[in-house]
Amino acid sequence: MKELLRRIFLVDLIEGLRVTFRHQHPKQIVTEQYPFERPKIGERYRGAPRLNINPENGDTLCICCDLCALACPEQLIVVGWERNPETRKKELVTFTYDISRCMFCGLCEDACPVDALELTQDFEMASYTREGAILDRQTLEQGLLPTQYRW
Amino acid sequence: MEKIAENRTWQMFAPYVDRMDYVAAVSNGLGYCLAVEKLLGVEAPPRAQAVRVILTELNRIASHLLWLGTHALDIGAITPLFYCMRERELILNIYEKYCGARLTTHAFRIGGLQYETYDGFEKEVLHFCDIFEKKIDEYEELLTGNRIWQQRLKGVGILTAADCKEYGVTGPMLRAAGVKWDLRKAQPYSGYEKYEFEIPTGQNGDTYDRYLVRMQEMRQSVRIVRQAVSDIPAGPIMAKVGKVIKPPVGEAYVSIEAPKGELGYYVVSDGSTQPYRVRIRPPSFVNLQALDRMCRGALVADVVAIIGTTDIVLGEVDR
Repeated sequence: MKELLRRIFLVDLIEGLRVTFRHQHPKQIVTEQYPFERPKIGERYRGAPRLNINPENGDTLCICCDLCALACPEQLIVVGWERNPETRKKELVTFTYDISRCMFCGLCEDACPVDALELTQDFEMASYTREGAILDRQTLEQGLLPTQYRW
Repeated sequence: MEKIAENRTWQMFAPYVDRMDYVAAVSNGLGYCLAVEKLLGVEAPPRAQAVRVILTELNRIASHLLWLGTHALDIGAITPLFYCMRERELILNIYEKYCGARLTTHAFRIGGLQYETYDGFEKEVLHFCDIFEKKIDEYEELLTGNRIWQQRLKGVGILTAADCKEYGVTGPMLRAAGVKWDLRKAQPYSGYEKYEFEIPTGQNGDTYDRYLVRMQEMRQSVRIVRQAVSDIPAGPIMAKVGKVIKPPVGEAYVSIEAPKGELGYYVVSDGSTQPYRVRIRPPSFVNLQALDRMCRGALVADVVAIIGTTDIVLGEVDR
């Protein structure tokens, strides 16, 4: 009898809907309107890589020790350096970082002894071509820019 | 995955294990780190252990939440999915702040932790616990007493304790059949012996029991997290491990209670910087074997419920 009354008066349905309507309150809305509302990203987020430069004179901080390339599980970092004949010091020439294969594990960042290579909070890394995912030294130092098109 | 390990150094393989069971990446990482630590003969410092426990238990909740949402979605209840995702988001935010990634976290390193907890970590975790306890009641309100839910799940896909042992099924599926077996209690690792919690069990081993066991497990996880957060010891977070890890020749097997069952790592070292062999015993792969037995005599519509309740992640099945 009780079961029948529950069925007639749709008690289960109303109980379920009560929860639904409770969550309709504007305070309860958690959806992020992404392109208009920027997400708050954690400080330690491992996103697009960046090669840090000395802010005073624009020289690279990289000392060409090759440790990041050795630490990378996917072997996607290539450090190209030359020994300066005068000062006998290693100088960075090229630095490529293939983010199409990167899994953002952060091992290169941990390996770097001078904090030159850093994974930043930048998470928008889409590109139109596969080649666009291979970052060279200039891009790594400047940061990723959106692809510009001439209309 | 196992083949990749043979071409990487010990540290390099750690991010790969996150890709197996991608909804419970932290548990995978813990198992691998514990296995290599056993091989090396080191133990993570107490502070690292406590943080590891907090993160893995949060991961268990996240994994069960995803299971609950998708399982309910399979059965036909769409609403719980959104609620579960909302709460899971809070956990993922904690991960993002702690280690910088949300899903494939790479949170632990061999010998301890790479990252110190961030400011307000304890507060945030406790805040999550407070919110979450109310939310579980809400899920139960929506599902547990629901007539349709009960009719779809009760008596479906029965797997008895004997069957479970035959197939090697572990985790919540085994406990739903009434066997009180949890590796956190049976062979405590990473300081689990310090925390008080119960092992929820079911009686019939049907889909409904498995649902109830997982719900109870989430409550127990919250309990463990609360205990662990209130008492994180101070001290170092990394044991003395060299930059280059060269374990002595030998082998080690470590199994942990992952959200889906027993996750085992059998690692063999030949004394070099690379593993000689890493064999992984994934819970999903083993639990999936029992699908045939559970589906015998069931309707096709019930198969959906049964697959949902085994809680498999195919990344782990084909690792």
